[in-house]
Order: sequence, then C-alpha cells, then structure tokens
Amino acid sequence: MGIKICATSFDPWQEIQAHQHSAKDMAGKFGATNVFIGTMRDFNEGDDVKGMTLEHYPGMTEKQLEKIVAEALQQWPVIDALVVHRVGDILPNEPIVLVAVWTSHRGDAFDASRYIMEALKSRAPFWKKELLQSEAERWLVKNTDGYL
Amino acid sequence: MSIKVRYFASLKESIGRSEDDLEFAGLATVGDVWRSANPNKALPDNVLAAVNMDYVELDGAVKDGDEVAFFPPVTGG
Repeated sequence: MGIKICATSFDPWQEIQAHQHSAKDMAGKFGATNVFIGTMRDFNEGDDVKGMTLEHYPGMTEKQLEKIVAEALQQWPVIDALVVHRVGDILPNEPIVLVAVWTSHRGDAFDASRYIMEALKSRAPFWKKELLQSEAERWLVKNTDGYL
Repeated sequence: MSIKVRYFASLKESIGRSEDDLEFAGLATVGDVWRSANPNKALPDNVLAAVNMDYVELDGAVKDGDEVAFFPPVTGG
C-alpha cells in the first residue's frame, strides 16, 4: 500500500510503474488494475482558471487516507493500492490525484478505487483555492457528489 | 488543561489566525473550545471539527494535550 503527498508536480504513470515494480510479491497475482487520475482544468463554474493552491492538514491527511484505504481493504479483496495527491501551487493540466488499485478480478478493482476516490473527496482534509484569469481568488465551497 | 487549536483554509482567513493555545480549568467539549477561542464569532454551520486528526462532533470531549481543528468542507481530489 502507498500514500504520498507531493508538494511538486508528479507523473501518475511513473508512480504506477514504480509502485508495481517495487511490489514484486504481487507479480502474477493481480489480474486487474484500475486507475483514476484527477487533472486540473482551466475552467470551472463558467470562469477561466489559471492556477490553484491546494492547502492540506499535514498528518490528518495521511491518517484519513490510511483509514479510507483500510476500509476498502476490508470490503474488497485488494492486493495493493496507491494514492498520490498534490498540494501547493498547481497549474492547469497538472495531475492532482492518483488512485490505483490492484485486484485479482476487475469488479473489485473498479469498486474499491471508486470507494477510495469518493471517500477522499468527502473526508481527506484538502482545500482548493482557485486563481481566475481575472486575478480574483476564490475557495471552492464543496465537492460535488461523484455518484450523481 | 492545555489545548492547541488549528484553523484551515477559508476559515483560517476569515478569523485571521492559523492557531490558538488555550487553557481550560475543567471539562470541555469541542464546542467549548470554539467559543473560548472565538467568543465573538458563532461557529459557521458547515464547519467540520477534528480532535487529534480524527473527525468529531461538537459535543465530543477534549482532554489535556489534544489538538482540536476547525475547517470548512474539504475540496480535494
């Protein structure tokens, strides 16, 4: 299992490759890998967005993500999971979050990664502040429900 | 007892501080911690609270050495 908070830009595909390479004991055991990557858009709520700052609560973020991954492990037969999240100043087109889940069969990989992602959205203490093209700044107020 | 209070994101900006150190003589709840630290400001409805980095309700008890945090709904991912 892996949980990482990155203060600088990360390459999600390299993270997946490195994690899978280091977890040699799962070679031959997994038949499904489900990957979710969240990337920063250059628009939101009808406005052009040129940057974003992601604040977090160091310590609580890791604690909550560990708890969420542990909950997923209790509900599905997950072989391995990786969660990577950016903090700090972010530009459009940079990745914000990566959730990857390795399982024997695809249904569990889809379901467990969805669970981790939705729980992260509602419980992991991160906050986004957008910088608009107009130079105005605004805090995002609430995440949308991904199941709607 | 000593309590460390932390604030994040828009709440931190609106109250103008990132943390407080409080002393309490007797028993206290998370709600008491807010009222003591911010006597002139009602706790906004949507604010979340944590004690020692776990989510709690406002009537949850605090003890000496606890870290209490208040913050708006989270918007990561």
